[in-house]
Amino acid sequence: VSRVAEPAVRGPLRSIVARMIDEDANTGASSWSSPSPRLRVLRRYEVAAGTLASLTLVIAATLAAGATAVAVAGAVAVIAAGALADVVAARRVRAWGYAERADDLLVRRGVMFRRTSVIPYGRMQYVEVTAGPFERAFGLATVQMHTAAAASDARIPGLHAVEAARLRDQLTSLGEAHAMGL
Amino acid sequence: VSEPTAPELPAGSPSPAPQAFAGLGGDWQRLHPLSPLVRAGRGVIAIVVVLLIPLLSSQRGSLSSDLIHIGVLLAVFVFGVISWLVTRWRVEGGVLRVESGLIRRTSERFPLGQIQAIDTVRPGLARVFDLAELRIRVAGGSGRAGRLAYLTAAEAETLRARLLALSHGVAEATPAPPEQALLTVPPGRLLLSILLTGTGLALELTLGGLLVLAILAPGAAAAAISVGAVGLFGLVIGLFRRFNGDYRLTVASAADGLRLRSGLVETSAETIPRGRIQAIRMVEPLAWRPFGWCRLEVDVASQKSKGRQDRNQAKAARALLPVGSRAQAARLVDSVFPGLPDERCAPPARARWKSPLRFRYLSWGANDRYAVTTSGRLRRVTDWVPLAKVQSVRQVEGPVQRRLRLSSIHLDTAGRRVHAVVRDRDRAEAAQLLRELPNRCRQARQVEDRRRVAPARDQDIRDRCR
Repeated sequence: VSRVAEPAVRGPLRSIVARMIDEDANTGASSWSSPSPRLRVLRRYEVAAGTLASLTLVIAATLAAGATAVAVAGAVAVIAAGALADVVAARRVRAWGYAERADDLLVRRGVMFRRTSVIPYGRMQYVEVTAGPFERAFGLATVQMHTAAAASDARIPGLHAVEAARLRDQLTSLGEAHAMGL
Repeated sequence: VSEPTAPELPAGSPSPAPQAFAGLGGDWQRLHPLSPLVRAGRGVIAIVVVLLIPLLSSQRGSLSSDLIHIGVLLAVFVFGVISWLVTRWRVEGGVLRVESGLIRRTSERFPLGQIQAIDTVRPGLARVFDLAELRIRVAGGSGRAGRLAYLTAAEAETLRARLLALSHGVAEATPAPPEQALLTVPPGRLLLSILLTGTGLALELTLGGLLVLAILAPGAAAAAISVGAVGLFGLVIGLFRRFNGDYRLTVASAADGLRLRSGLVETSAETIPRGRIQAIRMVEPLAWRPFGWCRLEVDVASQKSKGRQDRNQAKAARALLPVGSRAQAARLVDSVFPGLPDERCAPPARARWKSPLRFRYLSWGANDRYAVTTSGRLRRVTDWVPLAKVQSVRQVEGPVQRRLRLSSIHLDTAGRRVHAVVRDRDRAEAAQLLRELPNRCRQARQVEDRRRVAPARDQDIRDRCR
């Protein structure tokens, strides 16, 4: 993220840029990495599948009852909801980010509730890489970090499988270098 | 029984005093013969009594029912004897070994060097027979405890002292490290405080209502009691359990941690090693405010595991001080976490819009070793967390907070219940905290590690032995 002088930007962009500057100042991290762009595609497919399923259900149910007008209205509503879900999913994908610093890993997520976690390498007990069937089809994987605290467990979804493996190895070796007990 | 020699004894140390029993030489020992009976508990005893009564009474039933009764009794007896026969323990080469089970044999090893604490638990039935259970807690790993249930009370006390001495690498006959009593909770105060908790007040209101109803309409009251008796009984049992567990709770400070003794029917003496304390929480309920009372809870590191023993451990971790004055609490907190921060800063005034009820209690403070946060809606809750124990730092910003430019910082520890939250701070301040706190935690940890390399406590114990 390049630093933009605040007064130069006006209008709706201003708050976005302000937030970007804010975030930069927030964490002191200059290089945020984000999940693979394929995660966006995966989420879109998921939303589409969900929309299609409910569309079929709504149309079948209303047509069986013989109400064509209701069927049309229902279909429109479902498609609109699907489009909205797609927009939300896109924003949520964009919100994910992580940055590897000298001593700790930063993970940020969330649109409504924005969370930024700082996890020291030495506190990581183990790192887990999982990939569900859909993720695997897209060549993606989720990296999950576990510390002794149940509340601090952080994960990064939708990483390219190669990047996930690299991150896992990196975190594990850094964890060993910084290792400490409870 | 072997000769009372102790191979682990360091050369040149004073010879052990006359021994109450020989054991640490290395031979296999059995538990007390009544152990299966006590362990089986009230249920089995009730069954045995129910079966015995017809056998002993003058009105004999038929021969076949007698035979069945005798058979069941024999089976229970044989089962108990076998379980007693196959359970044995020994100390050998610096390791405590416990073997049990006939068909599925288990053998557990507890290296003495890793013993963190030894707790004594005495359920009501065990006290009738003057027995006690030793629970050996080992550092690290699964956090599982070794159980020796049951030994006679005197034997348990001696064995505890010896195992502790061996685990600290001093002469076997050294008495258990001395402890300094900090405070005792008076039973009257405990009773009053329990009656003033949420459950207690609910019970009192219900009983009061029933009384009024009984005066106005006896029939309706009888009906209400017959319907709600089970629930009412449950409430009373729950309150009694609290009273029983915290009765005459005494806190003492020993070299290896805080020692808590308590109990009316079941008594226990447990040690909470200082290094395992992840956080302390002080709660000041609304109903206790006229008396200026508060409750202290400690949270210890715990792995997610199941089982009875773990539940007991959780119970022990709950209340360090079930009820006490603020001065007592302050003294206790200071003995666990010396040098707490005094300064607290309040959140910005606009946080009132986000947390109208909490606002008056919200504050936080920190020095280079500890962080403290206060919160709570009706009751005030104060959390202390050593920075060296913080596992991760999180910034969370909800939609309402974003409108108000506020942010919360969470300090996560390995404890189960308590984790400190610095709520509703100015966003810039929160951002600065998120940047600074991980570094501060790292420094605190390094200081703590250096302290652990040269532990003062072992030296302390050795000095006392001379």
